[in-house]
Amino acid sequence: MSTAVSSETGPGTGTSHVELRSGAYADSVALLQVSRSVQGVAGVRAAQVAMATPLNIEVLTSMGFAVPDAAGPNDMVVAVRVDDEDALAGALAAVDEALRAAGKRSTGASADVAPHRTTATALRDAEDGAVALVSVPGQHALVEAMDALDAGRDVMIFSDNVPVEQEVALKRIAADRGLLVMGPDCGTAVVGGVGLGFANVVRPGPVGIVAASGTGCQQLLSLLDHAGVGVTSALGVGGRDLSAEVGGLATREGLRRLDADADVELVVVVSKPPAASVATELEQYAASLETPVELALLGAGQPDLTAAAERVLTRLGVPVPAWPVWGSARAATGPLLRGLFAGGTLAGEARLIAAEALGEVTSAPAALAGDTHAVVDFGDDELTTGRAHPMIDPTLRLEHLARVGADPRTGVVLLDVVLGHGAEDDPAGSLAPALAAVAAPVLVTVVGTGADPQDLERQVRLLAEAGAEVHLSNAGATRRALELLEARA
Amino acid sequence: MSTPTAPVSSVVNVGADLLADAVASQAVDVARVDWRPPLPGTESDLATVAADPLRRDANARAVAAYHGVTARLVDVVPASEALGLEPGQFLHAGPPITWDRASGPLRGALLGGAAFEGLVEDPEDAAALFEAGSSVSLEPCHHRGTVGPMAGVVTPSMWMFVLEDVETGRRTHCSLNEGLGKVLRYGAYSPDVLERLRWMRDVLGPLLQGSVRAVRDSAGPVDVTGILTQMLQMGDEAHNRNRAGTLMLLRDLAPAMVLESERGGGLSPADVAEGLRFIGGNDHFFLNLAMPACKLALDAARGIEGSTMVVAMARNGTDFGIQTAGTGDEWFTGPAQLADGLFLGDYGPDDANPDIGDSAITETAGIGGFAMATAPAIVRLVGGTVPDALATTRRMHEIALAENPRWSVPVLDFQGTPTGIDVTRVCRTGILPQINTGMAGKVAGVGQVGAGLVTPPEEIFPKALARLAELTRERAQA
Repeated sequence: MSTAVSSETGPGTGTSHVELRSGAYADSVALLQVSRSVQGVAGVRAAQVAMATPLNIEVLTSMGFAVPDAAGPNDMVVAVRVDDEDALAGALAAVDEALRAAGKRSTGASADVAPHRTTATALRDAEDGAVALVSVPGQHALVEAMDALDAGRDVMIFSDNVPVEQEVALKRIAADRGLLVMGPDCGTAVVGGVGLGFANVVRPGPVGIVAASGTGCQQLLSLLDHAGVGVTSALGVGGRDLSAEVGGLATREGLRRLDADADVELVVVVSKPPAASVATELEQYAASLETPVELALLGAGQPDLTAAAERVLTRLGVPVPAWPVWGSARAATGPLLRGLFAGGTLAGEARLIAAEALGEVTSAPAALAGDTHAVVDFGDDELTTGRAHPMIDPTLRLEHLARVGADPRTGVVLLDVVLGHGAEDDPAGSLAPALAAVAAPVLVTVVGTGADPQDLERQVRLLAEAGAEVHLSNAGATRRALELLEARA
Repeated sequence: MSTPTAPVSSVVNVGADLLADAVASQAVDVARVDWRPPLPGTESDLATVAADPLRRDANARAVAAYHGVTARLVDVVPASEALGLEPGQFLHAGPPITWDRASGPLRGALLGGAAFEGLVEDPEDAAALFEAGSSVSLEPCHHRGTVGPMAGVVTPSMWMFVLEDVETGRRTHCSLNEGLGKVLRYGAYSPDVLERLRWMRDVLGPLLQGSVRAVRDSAGPVDVTGILTQMLQMGDEAHNRNRAGTLMLLRDLAPAMVLESERGGGLSPADVAEGLRFIGGNDHFFLNLAMPACKLALDAARGIEGSTMVVAMARNGTDFGIQTAGTGDEWFTGPAQLADGLFLGDYGPDDANPDIGDSAITETAGIGGFAMATAPAIVRLVGGTVPDALATTRRMHEIALAENPRWSVPVLDFQGTPTGIDVTRVCRTGILPQINTGMAGKVAGVGQVGAGLVTPPEEIFPKALARLAELTRERAQA
């Protein structure tokens, strides 16, 4: 491990210290926790410990740290700004301590046996019913996922930034072997009663889901749960599965399995509209199954997720409830809609619904400071390279929210909070204080079930008490935002 | 094949710990992979090779071919007869090398070999022959179905063990072991070294030939693979410790050796007694059977398109080279490293030559350093501990394709030894093969200075991977 260090002291700016630790590695979530704990040390003004990916270098640079040119994605950067030289030693000790704590594993194995280093070797020791869950950086995901396929196991690939040709290679091999590749960029699955990734806690029931959309799947889970309908399996397939390149390989395998499952009475496919070439095949395949299939294809002119949930309920003969709303928003303050989302599908749905009423709605983060309506997905691949997803790490979204809240052009702020396994412990706890500084009305969709670990009721209460109007339906929240803007105009 | 209704028994998590925590919070078992980024620059080649549709089955075939070989000792004959080696032709350990790049121990062994063959009177005079290169030639043992420990020098009149895979008739060869200390393979060429070689040529070779043939023709040839199975359960790892194997070989051959003086080969009972004493007193005697047995098994995996399995690791004292099943006879080389270990007498690290010898064929086959757990007695060579030995074997399993069904390690609950080093797994984990080795003095003529542990140079694995990836891409475009 080599270390490159630069320290500079400026008048009133404190002391900045940057060091490079090559050969050290920790995942982005662990490093987030390390950064946080060091930020809390006395005398530390700023601290960022991260792998030197291009995005993280950008973040460090914007924080005023000079990252050495030699830094590459396999190097760990430790950057701290402290009041004075005396505080530096304490800060660095805190970094080392936090890294040690992050590196501690409770594997349950005896202390003298090192953990396995690859998916292949870990699967050798695993039982037959094991599945692999891959969330390494995208350029490394295929190799680990292929280990699972070689061992005859299903795999969920949470990683994003996986090249599409690698996705195709994995899914072709999986199809040959009767295996399921969930992903890449698959955020949510419920398999055999176990939630993988970001999954809400749902009761078993008559519905089976195949989802090319993580938060779309979660919206469906939470709405069905509210209506008292359970879900047996929710098989994620990744957002590109129904594209022309991938050709629905995983969707087909997911449908095959759900069709073979006697507990499943109705299958729902949640996806953006498939490529034309794939759509026909998918419809033909769905028609050939014994189990009825409901296609919830999201896009312009298509029913939204809430409408899809309602159709499912109707097909099952379950009455459609009024989707709950808590709290009440004040009137719009400015002309523009600002959506800051953690869930990609939720952002997309809001953008579509808003565009029908408002015309153009942009999606680039920079647009949040511009003169157009904007709905931004902070979980987008470009914004998660080398940093954790906003459902885990709210930092980036909170930074933008502060700016949007202070902007007089902001008319209505639209947000989502996604609960369930894997998500932040207390998202409302970090979001509610930030809402105090927002003058515009705030609408929040909380996607969750009563059994989720974050306590849905408490999350809703915290947000409503902070002045937000809280919805369970994202489509409902978006339409309400449009009403508020309409009323102002 | 799982179905969605089958309960998920456990999850193997590779990546964010948070996702493992989320699974664990549902009371489901999680195995957490200790993932780290691969060796720099290998990402794209790793993905290419991992996605190669041939790879999985090619590796399965390579492993099966390797496991399918049983090596039997069918003969002992001079190299001239076994390999067609002619005067002036010298074999050596490791990848190809020229005299000008040869290190001290290899030069010393070549000088001694030339004197032994009578090309020169005084070994020192042979240097001019090798410099000129017109009357002598150098060739790797591996290119002639042979393996040579340390310098690995083979000359026409040295006697060779001949091992055969009875299924296929394929053969491999190795010279007879001289013992330890001042010996030719460590680069020594003093008169006593040459004297011993002559005795081996005139007495030991013929004695072994007669007895090996007698055993072969009566009870059937000695099962070398079977002896390896047993010695691995008796504290030998078959590279630096061959004590049990040597005694078991002696047990199989001794009755026939005793009768050798009556077969009219011109050997006396005193010759027989000397032969028995020499073998019994040389704990490394069996190494020269373990090595060709490993090569015989690994050679069965050669030439399997798409396989990422290493089929040879060999060092010439200057370069460390590997060959893989999927890349033909190409050597991927880098600088041989210095071993870390214990030194004889007053010798120290400054006296040691870089790593040398074909004996890493044992590690390639999953024994030697890979089977450290079964030979805790030799961890002291490097000042290690018994837990280190267990950890080493477990670590080698991380880069191996399979477990050997025949060769098992009792202390690890009879887990099979790690079989088939996977180039991709080395590049992914950065775990380098662990080799137990002897250390030769870097000055020609010194001989052995110690023993210890060494690894290959890291860069040769990315080199092999790059070639495998290139071949994969060529196939995809064809």
